[in-house]
Order: sequence, then structure tokens, then C-alpha cells
Amino acid sequence: MKYLSEYRNPELVEKYLELIFHVTTKQWKLMEICGGQTHSLVKNGILDMLPGQITMVHGPGCPVCVTPISIIDEAIYLAQQSGIIICSFGDMLRVPGSKKNLLEAKAEGADVRILYSPLDAVQLAKENPGKEIVFFAVGFETTAPANALSIVQAHKSGIRNYSILASHVLVPPAMEALLSDKENEIDAFLAAGHVCTIMGMEEYHPIAEKYKTPVVITGFEPVDLLQGILMAVQQLENGEYKVENQYVRYVQRAGNRLAKEMMMEVFAVSDRIWRGIGNIPQSGYEVNEQYKQYNARVKFKLNLPVAEENKDCISGEIMKGLKKPFQCPNFGTACKPEHPLGAPMVSSEGTCAAYYHYASAKEPEEII
Amino acid sequence: MQPQCPIPKSDFDMITLGHGSGGLLTHQLLKSGVFDILKNEFLDQQHDGASFILNGPVAFSSDSYVVTPAFFPGGNIGELAVNGTVNDLAMCGSIPKYLSLAFIIEEGLATDEFRQILVSIKEAAQKAGVKIVTGDTKVVEKGKGDKIFINTSGIGLIHPKAGIHHKNIEPGDKIIISGNIATHGIAIMSVRKGLEFESMIESDTTNLNRTIENLLDHFGTDIKFLRDPTRGGVASVLNEIAELSSLGFEIDQKTLPIDDQVEGACEMLGLDPLYVANEGIFIAVVKKEMADNLLSLLQNDVNGRKATVIGEAVVDHPGKVILKSRIGGRRVVNYLTGEQLPRIC
Repeated sequence: MKYLSEYRNPELVEKYLELIFHVTTKQWKLMEICGGQTHSLVKNGILDMLPGQITMVHGPGCPVCVTPISIIDEAIYLAQQSGIIICSFGDMLRVPGSKKNLLEAKAEGADVRILYSPLDAVQLAKENPGKEIVFFAVGFETTAPANALSIVQAHKSGIRNYSILASHVLVPPAMEALLSDKENEIDAFLAAGHVCTIMGMEEYHPIAEKYKTPVVITGFEPVDLLQGILMAVQQLENGEYKVENQYVRYVQRAGNRLAKEMMMEVFAVSDRIWRGIGNIPQSGYEVNEQYKQYNARVKFKLNLPVAEENKDCISGEIMKGLKKPFQCPNFGTACKPEHPLGAPMVSSEGTCAAYYHYASAKEPEEII
Repeated sequence: MQPQCPIPKSDFDMITLGHGSGGLLTHQLLKSGVFDILKNEFLDQQHDGASFILNGPVAFSSDSYVVTPAFFPGGNIGELAVNGTVNDLAMCGSIPKYLSLAFIIEEGLATDEFRQILVSIKEAAQKAGVKIVTGDTKVVEKGKGDKIFINTSGIGLIHPKAGIHHKNIEPGDKIIISGNIATHGIAIMSVRKGLEFESMIESDTTNLNRTIENLLDHFGTDIKFLRDPTRGGVASVLNEIAELSSLGFEIDQKTLPIDDQVEGACEMLGLDPLYVANEGIFIAVVKKEMADNLLSLLQNDVNGRKATVIGEAVVDHPGKVILKSRIGGRRVVNYLTGEQLPRIC
């Protein structure tokens, strides 16, 4: 398939692997930020093809996984109120809240709809003037522009029965949180190509500089990932720490200006709790003062008690890259995609789900 | 003077609760719909059930069809209901003979749509060479169904040369797939509300019984196992067979046949085609030495033009399916967990 098969070319893969083997002389830990990258690494069997000195650590870049249990509870609470329709991406429905998930709330009679775009939710609001439509807006900088656009559109069309429950998170503060953690072992980052398509490269320079850590903005196909790994290892071996761009076919230095303007119009940077990691200052987006009538938390005066995580789930250690899924005693036993204990097993981008669905052909103990 | 008493409508444009009452309206619906379209010597008897003679061992299968939307690119629920059960019978190594046909209709279904479904049923049954011999029609209130649900059950005579059983699978046996994967699932998704995208992708629903009969005529017990990978996709069926046979299965991603448009849609939707539902294809596990001959015969069949060997049974990793990725990596292929898309057939 055009524009994909080129990046899955076995000969190119072979070439990059040879180069990686050639340049690697020391032990390195590389973290790929995005869950999409994790899945591609596992799905294509790349982890087993890399030199033994390179360990890939899977980062927190799965928006479903890092949405805290309290926000899931807020969504469930809203769904249970009569007259409210909760709209969400499908992945969010199975994520366990403190008592149940949205799918169970739906089975009990809550009106929960799976949508593929927030603009469909605005349309739903238009078609159902007697109902309140709440879009469960999760995601990194990648989905934020479309969610912002939905609010602007609703505002322009005079639609008042629409709001969003925002759970937006930002990549750079999470990278800083990981790097400043005393247990940090990450030598270099593969930054998320999609996020940088929107945000550009500039915000990564201070991080690379401050923590002396290479950052390579990387795509999602096998050739992208191997090229990104090669660029990161080359920097590490040479003692460099620059921001480099592997994903040149999409990422420009300044990012997407229109998308960024749309986000700035609607959102304000806020503190955010990350599931498994905890509170990270200035790491999320909330609907700003000007558009607060579209903020479901304000509109429905949400003030639920903060719920506790399931203690059996080690999602924090997984998302900080300190442990692999196979090192969790519940992986594949008490915790499976059909009954997840925590979010990394639920989302199609979650690390545990990736390991469960596309487990390595080797036995677990060989790849820990 | 107009009669004041409610006279049942005889010329109706939609199906109402009355059509499932068992009374006059039911009779009219059957007379002017089901019986005249599906007409054959068994239905003409208008008994409570069908009676017939079968000589020899039989296969018996049943399946319910709830696909939404009921009309999709490349077909409708009617032909799906016939093909599905016919194919299940064929996969047992049998030659399908007779089907039962039961409808659960939500009131408000347009009579025209019902007739279209009936015509498709008739055509699919004729193509497969099976007869609809008994059936039932029920109508439920608006909101208690979704247009129409269909159940078909069927009986087939076991092919005299067939020996389909997972116990017959041995290491070295080849896994053959008869055509492009993921086509039906993606055709349905392309018209699913909220997900619509423009494409030329049509469902490949068809009956496979004549293809299977021909293969059994030529290769008999060298065909060890047959299964149509409908819900759960190719991945789930391979896992089932690996588990049943206690052997490992190895497949090569490069060899998996898939249409370009379907592959593109899978990429766009983030779906793994190995888990997308199929209709008009089957998986055969066959004796190694016979694989090439069987493949040439199959590739000359209308239902097997894209047939190819995708892998083999091995002694290693019993119960596990391992995929060699396009770029040479290896990983486990698991069962489908949850639903990629509900109500696909």
C-alpha cells in the first residue's frame, strides 16, 4: 500500500538493523513515548530483533491509560443522570472506574454512545435539543485541536446543550516528570510523531538540554522506529543530546499553526493527575474561562470524592518504564483485556494490552 | 356505506404486530410473501414441519443473524442467513440439503424490504442447491428488535470421502486460506452509523458448499480440517485449531491475501485484519504432500482465485499461533478479546 509499504520494507529494515548493531557498543535504555509506537514495536516483532544492549522502555503515551480513575467516575456519574448523553471514543468504555466502567453503566440503562469524532457529538446535540450532550474528551495534544473545534463550532451555531469532560494531557511535562524521578533510567526518548505534527519541535529543546537526554521525534512504522532508534543510539554513543526529527514527512519545526491557535482559543494549561503517576503540574488542558459554559465540570458542578487506584495494578511502574508487563504477578491471569485491573490492559494503545495481544514469540523470561 | 368494523389490511406496505398474530394477516403475509417466493414441494405441503428421507450420516447446524445494517454493500441479511448455515454445514464435510428459516421482525419493516430479503434468500438457496423446508415468522413491537433477525438451521449429508477432524491434523500439514481476508467486516463497517466512509468494498458473502464438495471429491481425507473464519476473524480460528489439535501453528504475514482498499481501511480504523470478520472464505488444513495440487484446483474455482498457503502446523509451541511479520519479526497471535465491531453477521 502506497505510503505505508515503503516504511515496512524488509530490506530497509534489514539495513537499519545492521547499522544499529554496528553503532551500539554500550547498554542503552530508550523510551518510546507513544502507545502507537509501543504497539508497532511489539506487533512487528521488532523488540526481539534489536541488539541485546538496547532496552526499549514503554512510555506513558496512551491517553486512555493515563486518564485517572476519578475522571472515569465523573463520566460514569454524568452518564447516570437522566437527560445526559455521554459520548466517548470506544476505548474509554471498558476502562474501570472505582466501581464500574462506562460499558456496565450503559448496560444498566445509561445513555452512552461511541463516537469517532467530537463533531459528531455537536451534531447529536443539535438533533437532541432536549438532552445534554457531554463529550468525554481524552487525549494528548493530538486530539485537543478537534475537541477545541467542537466547542467553537457549538458556540458559533448557538448550541448550548453541549459540553466536554476534558482529560487532556501534555507530553513535555510528563517527560520532565519522568526524567526528574530519582528512579529514572531513561537514556533517550523517541518522541511521539503525531503530537509533534501538531506542536512542532521547539518545546523539546529545553528538555534535551536540561537533562542532557537525546530526543528523536519518531514515526510509527517499522522503518520509522528503527531509524529513530538508530538516530538516538548514534547520539548516545557520541555523547550528544539534541532534538532530531526522524518524522520529517509530517513534522515541521513550528508544528501546525492553525491547530495550535484553536487549542489556545479554548483551553488553558492546568495541573492534571496521571493515572499511575500522580499529579504533574501544568500537564493538562482544561476548558478556559471564556468557554466555561462548555466545561461539563462547571456546568454540572462536579465535585466527586477522589477515588483510589486498584492496588493490584502496577500501572505506575509500567508507565514510568520501571517494569515490564510480564513482571506483574497479575498479567494475563487476574488482569486480561476482558477483565482489566488497570488501564494499560484496556486501551488498544496500552503497554499491557500490546504485550498481551502481540506477545513476543519468545518465552516471557527471555525478554524481561 | 363504509364498513365500521376493522377489516384487516390485505394490501400492506409495512409489517405490523398483526402479521405475527397467527391469524389472517399472518396467513396473508405467508401467502403473498414467503410461500410464493420460496415455493417448493416441501413448503407447499404447509405442514407444521417438514418430513423427508435422508440416507446416511448427517451434519446439523444452526445460526442466528442479527447484522446491522440489514442491507450492506454486496448483500443483505437474507443471503447471509442462507450462506452462513450452508457454509457451516460444508465445513463439517457435508453436502447441505435442507434449511429451516425463522424470522423475528420488528414492526414497521417495509414490505418491500422484506420481499427483497426473501428474494435474496431464494437466490442464495438456489445457488447453493438447498431447499427451505420449514420456518416461522414472529413480529415484535417497535424498539424491541432491529428491523429483522433471522435464524436458519440446516441438515447436510456427510460427504462419503470426508474425514474432517482436528485429531487428524499432523505436524507439517499446510494451512490454506481460500481468499482475501477481512472483506466482509470492512464492508459492514463502511456503512455503520458514525463510521461511514466512501469505498467500493463489497461483502464477499457467498455459499462455499460446491467448492468444498469438489475439494472433498478429489482429496478426501487429505483435507484434515475446515473452518470459515467469520466472527473473531482468521486469528481466532487459527487459535481454536491450534488449541484443539495441541499443535503449534506458524503463519507468514507476507502471504496473507488482502485487498488493497480493505487493508487501507484497516489501517485507517486501527484494526488488525486478522481479527476482522469474514464471510466468503474458508481455512483448510491439508496434508503437506497434497497442498500444491489442492491449491491449483482451488485457484481454478470461483471461490478460490486468491487461495494461498499461509503457514503450517508444527510440533513447537503447542496451542500457540506464531506470526512471522512482514519485516521478519515473530510474535504470538492471540484470540480476539472483546468485540472489534458487534453484530457483523
